[in-house]
Amino acid sequence: MNAATETLHFVRNEQVEAAPPPRLVRGPLAWMRENLFSSIPNALLTLATIYLLYVIVPPVLRFFILDAVWVGVDRDACRAETVGRPVGACWAFVADKINYFIYGSYPIPERWRVDVFFVLLAIGVAWMLWLNAPRRGLGAIYFFVVLPILSVLLLAGFKPLSLPPVQTSLWGGVLVTIVVSAVGIVFSLPFGVLLALGRRSKLPIVRLFSVVFIEFVRGVPLITVLFMANTMLPLFLSEGVTIDRLMRPLVGVALFASAYMAEVVRGGLQAMPKGQYEGAMALGLSYPRMMYFIILPQALRIVIPGIVNTFIGLFKDTTLVAIVGIFDLIRTIEASRVDPNWATPTTSLTGYAFAAVFYFLCCWGMSRYSLGVERRLAAGQKR
Amino acid sequence: MASAANQAPAKASLFYDPKVRGIFFQAILVLVIGFLFYEAITNAVSNLRAAGIASGFGFLTNPAGFDINQQLIPYSSSGSTYREAFVVGLLNTLLVAVIGIFFATILGFIVGIARLSTNWIVAKVSMVYVEIVRNLPLLLQLFFWYNAVLAPLPSPRQSINFGAGFYLNNRGLSLPKPILNDTAWLIPFAFLAGIVLTLLFRAWARRVQEATGRQYPVGLVGLGAILGLPIVIWLVLAAIGGTNPITFDIPEQQRFNLRGGMQVFPEFVALLLGLVTYTAGFIAEVVRAGILAVSRGQTEASYALGLKPSHTLRLVIVPQAMRVIIPPLTSQYLNLTKNSSLAVAIGYPDLVQVFMGTVLNQTGQAVEVVAITMAVYLTISLITSAIMNIYNRRVAIVER
Repeated sequence: MNAATETLHFVRNEQVEAAPPPRLVRGPLAWMRENLFSSIPNALLTLATIYLLYVIVPPVLRFFILDAVWVGVDRDACRAETVGRPVGACWAFVADKINYFIYGSYPIPERWRVDVFFVLLAIGVAWMLWLNAPRRGLGAIYFFVVLPILSVLLLAGFKPLSLPPVQTSLWGGVLVTIVVSAVGIVFSLPFGVLLALGRRSKLPIVRLFSVVFIEFVRGVPLITVLFMANTMLPLFLSEGVTIDRLMRPLVGVALFASAYMAEVVRGGLQAMPKGQYEGAMALGLSYPRMMYFIILPQALRIVIPGIVNTFIGLFKDTTLVAIVGIFDLIRTIEASRVDPNWATPTTSLTGYAFAAVFYFLCCWGMSRYSLGVERRLAAGQKR
Repeated sequence: MASAANQAPAKASLFYDPKVRGIFFQAILVLVIGFLFYEAITNAVSNLRAAGIASGFGFLTNPAGFDINQQLIPYSSSGSTYREAFVVGLLNTLLVAVIGIFFATILGFIVGIARLSTNWIVAKVSMVYVEIVRNLPLLLQLFFWYNAVLAPLPSPRQSINFGAGFYLNNRGLSLPKPILNDTAWLIPFAFLAGIVLTLLFRAWARRVQEATGRQYPVGLVGLGAILGLPIVIWLVLAAIGGTNPITFDIPEQQRFNLRGGMQVFPEFVALLLGLVTYTAGFIAEVVRAGILAVSRGQTEASYALGLKPSHTLRLVIVPQAMRVIIPPLTSQYLNLTKNSSLAVAIGYPDLVQVFMGTVLNQTGQAVEVVAITMAVYLTISLITSAIMNIYNRRVAIVER
């Protein structure tokens, strides 16, 4: 018995080996282990991606920055034979053509008018986009009524203010890109709202027209709408009435954008709880008042991200007017890159890179804004 | 007087009756739109008459008299009609759309899943790709591929040789051209038979599993049947027939040019590259949103039931994610098809370039040409959305 109890006791008589330190959970090494090398396939994937980046990024950087030519007056500045080193992007070409890219062939003494237009537009856009801006109702009137009239007078010319007329065939570059997208947004929002209301209306004929229009326009490519505007609009007008070359694609773009905007707005209308409609009706509001005071303010607010996304699409799609012969930014670049004065192997790529930077900054900025609004609206919904 | 007022609430005047108002507004709408149409049509008729342009669809049977560089059906500038030109353009549009959808789906799913990867660098690289591709106009990307990437390629003399008969130069891509011999039809037949066999085996395996719980490797058997059967047939045909059922005409590097093989034009390559990379960016976002839409609890519940990670993915997550993914994915497919009309900018002979470009310029019959072209796109999208609606009804969550 004694012996048995002794074996039951255990007294440790030597030091236990120290446990290994815990795995790092902080610091760059632990981060790398967790996010880059968590398993063997993951590690291989990481190495493959790093190799891919190694293949792509340094040559791109070298082309656009290190080997690039920044100043010069003609093609000799950008040719490897005359410069005596490998030449990357020819930014001198962009610097030389920058005014053409922005204003097109707009007469040089009148270009201040374009600058004023840009400033007026920037004020309107900022007013509309800044959700806490003072007097946003006034801003809407400014943006949808005052600004279009002012812009037409300013850009096309207005005799009483001694602004000489400027043919739209001289407009070009960023100016046309902005004008086309601004016309798109200014017309598509009100028409889109009307179409969306029509599509949800109880009146069968109104609904039919809205549905047919929306589905028709959304079912065909923009380029066919532009071709139609270009070739068929002049046919539909009575003889002797001509329609401006720039005006035709503008009509096409406005119609096209309205249909897409209508679907976005309809999403907002459908998202409104039924109680809002019923509450408004119980208060005795008529249909227009109910829509104007109760439903639309809320519905449009929740679809701001959708509207901005549609606008990003519209902004990218404005490039298509280049195909029907309007000198937007893309077309001015296409025209300049074949200029014999600047004929070098890298001219095309430089021109495209410039356009890419322009479009990327605009679209990416808008999508950031839309994300911000989305987060803000979601914050209001959180409890 | 007083009794009359008590009998019934005074009937609202017609002016305030919502029904009458509704009819009134609709009548005005019909009148306005009817007037616009009437004006447009009468003006168009008189304008067309003044310009001496014929109307009607009779022009479709007139000889076309222009060349199209890529044609899937026999077509020649001398003997073919406008109708044949239309079919050539339509087939070219469908060709680039189908191939583009195939590759854009693969690339889009890879990028979309990579964006959700736990591997930081993979996720970031895919994010940068998506942001760049989605924020640049497609037209700019097409010009980039066509004028900045494909145009500076070496001339046919110094073609880039990828091996196996694939050559790339500034005239496009040359690749081996398959030549089908008499017995070659058996191979696609074997392929179809493999698919049928797989379906039968799957149905049988499912029944057995429901009855006994035994599982069979349906995927492996299917792969074997679908790929193995044609290969076996091929080998058998080559062995007994003595000649290979499919031989390849491999392009050869000559002194100045490449001879033989199949030529893919640079316009097609540029359009395909542009459409695939652009649409893949959008598909990636659709896929990402779909996967994120399946709540984490589903995965946890599935693990708690003892399903393997692979089964969890295949039986729990993917079916639910697909319900969210498929509708926007279809609209991306439609977008790709519609965007293929940008081919006109780089000169790929698609429907718009051939029909709305050349044919419209030659005949001047804007109304008919525009109507036909739009009708084609409209039909494609209406059919697609009809199928989509049926699908949506099938997979919609049945709420109780």
